[in-house]
Amino acid sequence: MARNLGFVVGFAALICAALLSISAAASIRPISDAHRSAALELFVPIDGSFPSLEETYEALRTFQILGLGKTSDISNATCPVVLDKLRSPTSSPKEFFNALRLNGILGCEIGSQTFENVASHLHALIKDADSLMDLYYSVISLLHIKGQGVSAVLSDAEGVFHSIKALSQSDGRWRYDSNNAESSTYAAGIALEALAAVVSLADAEVDQSKIGIVKHDIEKLFDSIKSYDDGTLYFDEKHVDGSEYKGPLTTTASVVRGVTAFAAVAGKLNIPGDKMLGLAKFFLSIGVPGSTKDLFNQIDALSCLESNRQGFFLWYRISIPLILSLPATVLSLTSKDQLKVEVTTVFGSAAPPLTVILVQASSYDKDTPVLENQELQFDTENNIHYLDILPLKIDVGKYTLEFEISLHDPENLNIYATGGRANALAFLTGTIKVDKAQIGVFDSDAESAATMQKLDLSQDNRISLAANHLQRMRLTFQLVTPLGHNFKPHQVFLKLRHESKVEHIFALESSARQFKIILDFLGLVEKFYYLSGRYEIDLAIGDAAMENSFLRVLGYIDLDLPEPPEKASRPPPQPVDPYSRFGPKPEISHIFRSPEKRPPKELSFSFLALTIVPLVGFLIGLLRLGVNFKGFPSSSVPALFSILFHAGIAAVLLLYGLFWLKLDLFMTLKALGLLGVFLIFVGHRTLSHLASTSAKLKTN
Amino acid sequence: MAKSNASDAQALIRSLRSAYAATPTNLKIIDLYVVFAIATAIIQVVYMGIVGSFPFNSFLSGVLSCVGTAVLAVCLRSQVNKENKEFKDLPPERAFADFVLCNLVLHLVIMNFLG
Repeated sequence: MARNLGFVVGFAALICAALLSISAAASIRPISDAHRSAALELFVPIDGSFPSLEETYEALRTFQILGLGKTSDISNATCPVVLDKLRSPTSSPKEFFNALRLNGILGCEIGSQTFENVASHLHALIKDADSLMDLYYSVISLLHIKGQGVSAVLSDAEGVFHSIKALSQSDGRWRYDSNNAESSTYAAGIALEALAAVVSLADAEVDQSKIGIVKHDIEKLFDSIKSYDDGTLYFDEKHVDGSEYKGPLTTTASVVRGVTAFAAVAGKLNIPGDKMLGLAKFFLSIGVPGSTKDLFNQIDALSCLESNRQGFFLWYRISIPLILSLPATVLSLTSKDQLKVEVTTVFGSAAPPLTVILVQASSYDKDTPVLENQELQFDTENNIHYLDILPLKIDVGKYTLEFEISLHDPENLNIYATGGRANALAFLTGTIKVDKAQIGVFDSDAESAATMQKLDLSQDNRISLAANHLQRMRLTFQLVTPLGHNFKPHQVFLKLRHESKVEHIFALESSARQFKIILDFLGLVEKFYYLSGRYEIDLAIGDAAMENSFLRVLGYIDLDLPEPPEKASRPPPQPVDPYSRFGPKPEISHIFRSPEKRPPKELSFSFLALTIVPLVGFLIGLLRLGVNFKGFPSSSVPALFSILFHAGIAAVLLLYGLFWLKLDLFMTLKALGLLGVFLIFVGHRTLSHLASTSAKLKTN
Repeated sequence: MAKSNASDAQALIRSLRSAYAATPTNLKIIDLYVVFAIATAIIQVVYMGIVGSFPFNSFLSGVLSCVGTAVLAVCLRSQVNKENKEFKDLPPERAFADFVLCNLVLHLVIMNFLG
């Protein structure tokens, strides 16, 4: 048990180490079908619609970006709600916002009169608004109305711009309203989006100096960007407090939306392409999120960074990130895999013409370069850059690869952000051969003269050895990679297992040439708990770069160990199969009281007959004595009573018979009570009558 | 001597029989009843001796019913006997009524104990 626990702990440590090492060179993949199927699984309408307009918008926008067309069945249930919200005079700015942006995707049939009414409402709301969120909802709603073809113009654009800008802080963050002193990065994204909408809704050109100030704010905001070790960049709030805290994903998504929206109206921003690449990597490094909000934020923010999507603004003035990813990080020498590299946009669309060069491939453990400056060839059909690694004679192992991306067209450098260099981690695996394996038993003092048996681990023949406690066992072998070098795997263990399932595990030591272990049974006698008998020899060799890791039974060894002394420790109890307690329990054989021996039936019946004999004798005796019924009363009423008296006694005896056969005591007593009362009455009458007649006779 | 013993015994028995013949009939009936009850009890004891006393409660209730009813009959006999000075004022019907009642109670208990 302790040994198993040790293995688990060791393995967990290995996993942690592997994860930490991978974080240095994360393997990110662009948005793929995995995201599409996750979207279909997460966004599931209940009874044909989603719980709220906001969630409906999130679902439909995600489907729209990912190219999953699913709007037709939703619109039937949702359009009436949208219409209702737009027509209601008491809707809040947030409700208008949700309804209008949803309508932008659904395209419900709404008359232009409704839109004009809503627009006039919104103009009034903008005049009265004092908080950032109200201004944001109202302004964006107006923008959506403009997108529907209804004219919506902000007359006092400068005023609105100013009131939004007034809430900004010096570090590039924004406050939610003038009363609240706390500033938030999420609010900054909201504010930038609102400012962009104001600029595009303005009837006259907004003052360029004001726009310049906002650009400056954006640069300040980017100063507070945070980063992880693997080069991903993200935004987070300064303070993490309770209910208002939105995580890094939501905050970064909000900032990306705001910045890209503002860049579309304001012209080129002074943000280095590497920062946009870092933000794109952040969104991709999440993988496939598990919640609807996270998936929406990820996809929506990435679509802002991608140019080919049908975004809200037609073109962007922010560098488009290009991602380098490896479709397969485990390459096998046996199946002659090629090193394949993809350079695409975040959604997997084709990149402009470029060249990928493997600048350096170095072994992960030793950090020595094995390859330098290899140019990858481009496969135009599959849009993949590849390199044949087999002729390069690289051995199995774990490698860090460093790539350099160079665009062919120098003008693309302004449009796309490649980040120049990119890192990746790759495993090269192959079959390891076990060579020159030998095993043998020898006496302690005669090592050189030992006869060793050759082992061929490719075949399944098991060797049989025998040893006593004065001898030793030796096992040696070499491990050779496909390229012929010596290989040192992570795990090389020898296990000896006794018939009683007690196991002992030994690690093999490795020298430059070979692996060797010598088991000195004299020293191991106590470790083996003095258990003699047949031990199974298992050899376990494993490594991540080894395709044929194995646990093989080499054979058996019969050990003859001395008797255990009195104080010797007992072998630990072997773990019972934990599921065995759910199996059937041992059967309990109940010991029933054996029934008493009964006499044979014939004897019992004969004695029953014998018991009747005295009764018969009694009746015969009565007849001989000359009993008669002369004393029976002759006149009717006393006769009746006498008859009833005898009948009553007979009834009581019958009741006793029933009591013995069927009834219980209480019912009997109840019946007896009734009969007894009757009997007493009748008996008294009879006997008093008899007494009076006999008294009359006496006096006569 | 033996002859005189034998003849003495015979004379004793003869006198006993003649004296017994003089008892009233109703007392003879009661005596016969007692003999009947005791005979039944003896047969039950013999049976128990043969087969063992396994349902001991049944054996007891059987034997005690016979013995009990015999005892009650003896009490009846002594109460009904006209020569008995002790029960001069007790009408025989009353004694009979007591006999019947006590028998019924006895047999209720016996039936309960029979099992």
